[in-house]
Amino acid sequence: MSDAKGKTVLLQGNEACAMGAIFAGCRFFGGYPITPSTEIAEHLARKLPTVGGVFMQMEDEIASIASIIGASLTGIKSMTATSGPGFSLMQENLGLAAVLEAPVVIVNLMRSGASTGHPTGTGQGDLMQSRWGTHSDHPVVALAPATAQEMFDLTVKAFNIAEKLRVPVVLLPEAVVGHIREAVYIPAEGEMEVINRERPSSYDNLLFFKRDKSGVSHPPDLGTGFRPHFTGLTHDESGFFTAVADEVNAFTVGLNSKIDLHREFLTDYCEETVEDADILLVSFGITARACAYIVRALRKKGVKAGYFRPRIVWPFPEERLRQIAQHTHTFIVPELNLGQMRYAVQRIVGPEKRVVGINRVDGAMLTLDRLMEEIKEALA
Amino acid sequence: MSDQDERYEVLLSGSGGQGIILAGVIIAEAGIAHDLKVVQTASYGPESRGGASRSEVILSGTDIDYPAVTQPDFVIALTQEAADKFAHLARPRGKALLDTTWVENIPRDIQASTASFPLTEEASNRFGKPLVANIIALGYFAEHNPLMGPDELLQAIVRRVPSHYRELNEHAFAFGRELATRQ
Amino acid sequence: MAIEPFVKKYLRQRVLPTIWCGGCGLGTAMRVIIQALDDLKIDQDNLVVVSGIGCSSRMAGYLDANTVHTTHGRALPVATGIKLAHPELEVVVIMGDGDGSAIGGNHLIHASRRNINLNVFLLNNGNYGMTSGQVSPMTPHAWYASTCPFGNLEHAFHLCDMVKSAGATYIARTTTFHYMQAVRLAKEALEHKGFSFLEVYFQCPTYFGRFNDMKDAPTMLQWFKKNAVRYNPEKPRELEKGQFYVGKLWEDNTKDEYADLYRKLCKRAKEMMQAAK
Repeated sequence: MSDAKGKTVLLQGNEACAMGAIFAGCRFFGGYPITPSTEIAEHLARKLPTVGGVFMQMEDEIASIASIIGASLTGIKSMTATSGPGFSLMQENLGLAAVLEAPVVIVNLMRSGASTGHPTGTGQGDLMQSRWGTHSDHPVVALAPATAQEMFDLTVKAFNIAEKLRVPVVLLPEAVVGHIREAVYIPAEGEMEVINRERPSSYDNLLFFKRDKSGVSHPPDLGTGFRPHFTGLTHDESGFFTAVADEVNAFTVGLNSKIDLHREFLTDYCEETVEDADILLVSFGITARACAYIVRALRKKGVKAGYFRPRIVWPFPEERLRQIAQHTHTFIVPELNLGQMRYAVQRIVGPEKRVVGINRVDGAMLTLDRLMEEIKEALA
Repeated sequence: MSDQDERYEVLLSGSGGQGIILAGVIIAEAGIAHDLKVVQTASYGPESRGGASRSEVILSGTDIDYPAVTQPDFVIALTQEAADKFAHLARPRGKALLDTTWVENIPRDIQASTASFPLTEEASNRFGKPLVANIIALGYFAEHNPLMGPDELLQAIVRRVPSHYRELNEHAFAFGRELATRQ
Repeated sequence: MAIEPFVKKYLRQRVLPTIWCGGCGLGTAMRVIIQALDDLKIDQDNLVVVSGIGCSSRMAGYLDANTVHTTHGRALPVATGIKLAHPELEVVVIMGDGDGSAIGGNHLIHASRRNINLNVFLLNNGNYGMTSGQVSPMTPHAWYASTCPFGNLEHAFHLCDMVKSAGATYIARTTTFHYMQAVRLAKEALEHKGFSFLEVYFQCPTYFGRFNDMKDAPTMLQWFKKNAVRYNPEKPRELEKGQFYVGKLWEDNTKDEYADLYRKLCKRAKEMMQAAK
């Protein structure tokens, strides 16, 4: 019903993520317990059996992502949730998902520190890992929610992107966004777009992996009468292994072209007062929430400051940032790591622009006072 | 900071098992019922099962960007450790509520107006349940905050507590409101 | 040359010939599986074959069915996702001894424990053939491989015992020498409702044989013949050094299959949810 209205409830970010997954049509979850992601699994363990879905606690994170790839190949929308140490274990099969073109969503709650680190701390240290964690060139999309509402909205969006492009999509909230409780609007059915993968009714010459103009191939679901072959090896359009140089090249270039051919669809950012900004605060996730305040405070003091936050961090909204860089001379990049987004920003705006990092890696958020102090130092 | 006039911050602290996080959730839900924007965060992990526990609620008429308490308007401290750590953070025109069952030494550096009652003792003696100290505190909070009245808070309590404890919690809440008239 | 009807029906002509060496036992193993599928009239449209990495795992590419060639050791968790998402699919898992006893050993333990209706054919050649004959957890003690040129210090797994203690409900072992028995056991495994595990010893004359004084396939098949002892649960006997049991080793039909249990759980959860409303 078009006039059906949703409801607003107080939800933890992780609960909102789980509810977003159900809303998007996720019917398979395979996971392994890890702080601070566990509430997602707990919510779905209760919910999925009541909506005809499957919840599996697997023996480790390797098996977790493997199981959701299997479920996805049968046509079921699938998800896993983890944190840094588990995300590291998942890298092998994240590559497999990319190469099999299996749509999956991986939620990686970012805690603090390398290895076991500071499990209950918050961080943003997995930004580069989400892009380059698995070996060799592969397509992957990553989204960075900053609020409990975005934990819902961007989870739905993550599934939409995964289904449309047939890529693994990483949702990259910080631990604190997973645990924050805020009012979340849960839309009624039909109120928010839900995309389902394309399912061709026939294929020319059984070329299941032939790409359409947008670079996406649409292999059939398992058990639907087509008998496709999926392999992690480089393959031709029929899906079978090839070592012929031209075909290997076409495979890798074609697989990665999906991202470039969908730049517009994959551009999602928020900005404030950038048009005349001399300095731009570029940040993502929880850190960006503090930056929004700082920018307004600086404006009140007469400083021409702007605010820029990618909601899709990979691919990075390069074109927009480059446009802003035409008139902005200083870029301040606060983040809860030692400068991962700063690398991206410097590369995009060019070496002649000043790019300053503000970094915190003690497991806590950047406070308003500390941000203001460091920005003043940077501008002095 | 620029937003300070628009937001109202509550910091609840104590030790795991005292219902600190639940009290924060109740304030947040009452805030939503009052059409306010809310953010509620909590310390978690092993400490929420016995060690120091903390819950923060931010309420505002406009969107809340920065999600952490900057200078609380209202601090509730149910242990000595919590009082020592957090009571002095309350802004001068704010309020600090201390449970003197556990807070033997009231910190000297509190700038806010301070209210101290043996909340847990009262909860034990009057209701036979030391656990409802948090609900008594919410009753006190209902009378001493500028944003929401007792009705919304009570409704939020009723939604969150098991139905067979409803009456008990209503009484505890009413007692908290009564305490507020004393000080 | 006449194409055998089986080849036409069950193999993807366009990807033949196989990559397997002359004398390799995988052709026989594949023929065993095809014979069992054909005898049981399993619908290829409804059949999913999942494999890991290695010589044996290439079989997924040759069989004309829904096939998924995954990463090393991970066939079982991928198959778990497939089977639970669509329990009506027939799911066969093909893996080598590297897949099942080394890199994916933990997955094998837990898949056995869950008793999901998956059919595992673990094709065991006692070494890593694809990468030219390194020692595997199934290489016997004191035997040779390219990475133990002075003899293997480790001891081989008793994989069938391991999956039994982990909870597998059908367990059998055979070799490529025992063709008729292999077909019979493969059929039993496919028909068993629950987690079935069939270990098939197959010859790798190119590496394992060459490193261990068995220069060709017939010599290796003779070795299987000589050391295989038919298992009779009524008359268990002491095995001599080098001997191994073949035949059905274990069947337990008392344990419920996982997908069945999950279906019942869903019903219960829905009822509880409605009652709460």
